[in-house]
Amino acid sequence: MSNEKNIKPGQIQGKKNLWEMVIGLEIHAQVSSQSKLFSGASTEFGKQANENVSLVDAAMPGMLPVINEHCIKQAIKSGHALGAKINKFSVFDRKNYFYADLPQGYQISQYKDPIVGEGSIKINDYENNEKIIGIERLHLEQDAGKSLHDQHPSKSFIDLNRTGVALMEIVSKPDLRTPEEAALYVKKVRSILRYIGSCDGNMEEGSLRADCNVSVRRSGEEFGTRCEIKNLNSTKFITQAIQYEAERQVEILEEGGKIDQETRLFDTSTGQTRSMRNKEDAHDYRYFPDPDLLPLKLDELLIDKIRDELPELPDKLSERLVNEYKITPYDASVIVEEKEFADYYEKAAQGRDGKLVANWMITELFGAIKKENLSFTENPVSPENLNELVFLIENNTISGKIAKDVFLYMVQTSKKPKDIVKEKGLEQVTDDSVIEGYIDNVINGNKDKVEEYLNGKDKLFGFFVGQVMKVSQGKANPNLVNQLLKSKLK
Amino acid sequence: MSELLTLNISQVLEGLKKKKFSAVELTRSYLDRIEETKALNMYLEISADKAITMAEKADENYKNNSARLLEGIPIGIKDMFCTESIKTTASSKILENFVPTYESTVSNKLWEEGAINLGKLSCDEFAMGSSNETAAQGNVINPWKVEETRSPGGSSGGSAAAVASKSALCTIGTDTGGSIRQPAAFCGIVGMKPTYGRCSRWGIIAFASSLDQAGPLTRNVSDSATMLKVMAGHDPKDSTSSLESVPNFNDFLDKGVKGLKIGIPEEYDRKGISEEILNSKEKVIDLLKQNGAEIVNVSLPLTKYALPVYYIVAPAEASSNLARYDGVRYGLRVDGDSLDDMYEKTRANGFGDEVKRRIMIGTYVLSSGYYDAYYLKAQKVRRLIKNEFDEVFKKVDYLLTPTTPTTSFKLGSTQDLLTMYLNDVFTVPASLAGIPGISVPIDLDKNGLPIGIQLLGKPFDEGGVFQVGKVIEDCAEFNFSPEGNFS
Repeated sequence: MSNEKNIKPGQIQGKKNLWEMVIGLEIHAQVSSQSKLFSGASTEFGKQANENVSLVDAAMPGMLPVINEHCIKQAIKSGHALGAKINKFSVFDRKNYFYADLPQGYQISQYKDPIVGEGSIKINDYENNEKIIGIERLHLEQDAGKSLHDQHPSKSFIDLNRTGVALMEIVSKPDLRTPEEAALYVKKVRSILRYIGSCDGNMEEGSLRADCNVSVRRSGEEFGTRCEIKNLNSTKFITQAIQYEAERQVEILEEGGKIDQETRLFDTSTGQTRSMRNKEDAHDYRYFPDPDLLPLKLDELLIDKIRDELPELPDKLSERLVNEYKITPYDASVIVEEKEFADYYEKAAQGRDGKLVANWMITELFGAIKKENLSFTENPVSPENLNELVFLIENNTISGKIAKDVFLYMVQTSKKPKDIVKEKGLEQVTDDSVIEGYIDNVINGNKDKVEEYLNGKDKLFGFFVGQVMKVSQGKANPNLVNQLLKSKLK
Repeated sequence: MSELLTLNISQVLEGLKKKKFSAVELTRSYLDRIEETKALNMYLEISADKAITMAEKADENYKNNSARLLEGIPIGIKDMFCTESIKTTASSKILENFVPTYESTVSNKLWEEGAINLGKLSCDEFAMGSSNETAAQGNVINPWKVEETRSPGGSSGGSAAAVASKSALCTIGTDTGGSIRQPAAFCGIVGMKPTYGRCSRWGIIAFASSLDQAGPLTRNVSDSATMLKVMAGHDPKDSTSSLESVPNFNDFLDKGVKGLKIGIPEEYDRKGISEEILNSKEKVIDLLKQNGAEIVNVSLPLTKYALPVYYIVAPAEASSNLARYDGVRYGLRVDGDSLDDMYEKTRANGFGDEVKRRIMIGTYVLSSGYYDAYYLKAQKVRRLIKNEFDEVFKKVDYLLTPTTPTTSFKLGSTQDLLTMYLNDVFTVPASLAGIPGISVPIDLDKNGLPIGIQLLGKPFDEGGVFQVGKVIEDCAEFNFSPEGNFS
């Protein structure tokens, strides 16, 4: 048995063997668009049930789908941003199955010929390790409606508002090895899509969700049989579900069992996965090209034009922030996760020490926002105010410690740090004579300690610094305190 | 029977323009005639009030000299076309109470040009059939030799019989594998299936999306050209509808056949075809020669695969297209203990045998493990059939074939399904290739039943098909009408 301490993330130590996880993700990202993929109905969230339903969505007899050009462009844009090949020829297929919230009796999707082919994205973990994750494909498909089973004792209700809304299914290669990598990958894809505006990435509203394919193997072995965990809508659930599922599989395998390829559901209340349907019950979707839609042929000029119009993507931006503001790649990766963060940072860091601003933003600002349970857009501290706060630290108006108090007031009041400092009299004391006064006070009140210090107990120096700071209510400039104290205690 | 009923479209338009009779008079005559011919079981819905209102509007327009292309023309609509506020069932029990809130593009174009809606015409259930016997509301009786209760053909049986029995001036139908041409031949009228994509499919209940096409059923070629001009054209709501411009088809009618090359495919002289039909085809060939056409013997060796390919492709698409009839949102619902139980009971109850049969065939050929062997292979052969037509059209301008292997058979006489499916053997290849075809009546057989001949053309050359069709019509001088007591 190997030592527990040597187990790396993504590994599981069973009773007999050390196992590793193999993870692949299918992300379903709702395309940002006014209307649905094949109908003119609105995609607006939060409407009354069945308000956003056209004749096409309800699959009335004789209705035909017409492709939404905007959604095609969004898919091309996303393909470019994921570093992927755009296929000039793609086909819409019908995926046939019966369900009450699937009015047509089939979902229009892309099976053999997706609009976007292979690509890759980069993820950075907390230790600044970079990893390339392969993208297998991206295809467009229709979302289904929603069945409501809790509205009536014996009947189910159907809401077709989501029916026909455009989704991009982004399939990764099985390149992920830890639940954390899976979460980082989802965050990265989400971030990229939000940068280019092809998906709002709102996981709570279901605009972005993931199916996780999980298998385990002993190091160096072929891939094992995988299970698919459906419909996870937060990175927390993704990591939990993958960890649980991998452990479950290891337990079965070590007891001599085998894994059934099946679809599983994650129960957020128990943190466990359970079987939804096995391979035998799996639908035979009877895919075939939708005869109502012609194959999609894309013009090279359009593909190029969309590529040329792409905004600065997180990786490029992160690289630039590292170079321009001398921050660490990890800090940069946190800042570029959301476009708003990066925009905020660049304003706040204008003319300031970039590292200091990054620290304040990631530790204090994000911490405060989390504590106050706010979204970033509700953030009470403007980038100009954070900039000013760091300026006050840089020019010694306040110490870093006082700055933390000032920051708390800023969060509560949204006031300018200068005003707070003035109001509360928190300016740093840099006047030698004033500080000497504090020092004299301390020396006079601690004659015995001064004696000990002068007799060689050097360690007491810190005590004197602390006392002087206390007397100054934390406002004395620590460097000056050090300097003056040293000469006084000679 | 009113004399007005004997007039064709151009005569009616002329008469209305000259105020020899009014659109209301004409419409009343047709509504009376519909009552007289009720025993033929053609109309599922008669929109009498609506028709009179529309006729009044037409008369007003004539008065104001603002008459449109089909102002005052009484038309019957196959029940595959969704008609706003008028029950539309596709002759199926599963849609027995379905009233659309929308109008199909093609029927709407007719109303926009002033045509008058007489009502909805029976067909085979979901257009699946060649005899009109699969209609949930019972079969239509062919007006020819009415006492012998013969099939009007199918699936547009009601549409063909209504024109033949003068219960509509003209009608529209849909053709997936021969559903306009075969009933037109059985009923002694002209039936045109345009190029795939010529007419919008929006609002037409789908049977097989890659094959379905709307087309007119009329008394003569000229009426057919007039109708198609109005029906055709691109529709942004149907991605498969063509952007090809729509010419004035009537301009082609007097051009004759001099110098045109007409191909006679040898594969269409197959076993089982009636001797009389072959003889009448020879007669047409002679007439075309006399008019200056060049007759060329050609070969389309893949023809024999067309029917099997059709009976894979069409059911495959149908199995998916008909999935929406699930009892959830509209149409028949038979309650069950669970969702699946409700589905099963609704569909078991709502669909007839032929529809169920094709759904099962279609589901089978698309199933994993069978897809490559059936559906994919059929699609490949379909492509080859299309290529074969493209090749032959490099040598000839048109192809002449019989429309059907036999004339109308007695209702209930065809027990064997394969024999029934063989009815479409001459019409299916053009459907698979998406090319236009017309059936023109040319003669009566010894039993007094009409014989039709089929002329096929290049994609979007409906004009030329009308041109040659007109010559055939003029030479054949088919001036017969079904006689008998229809009430």
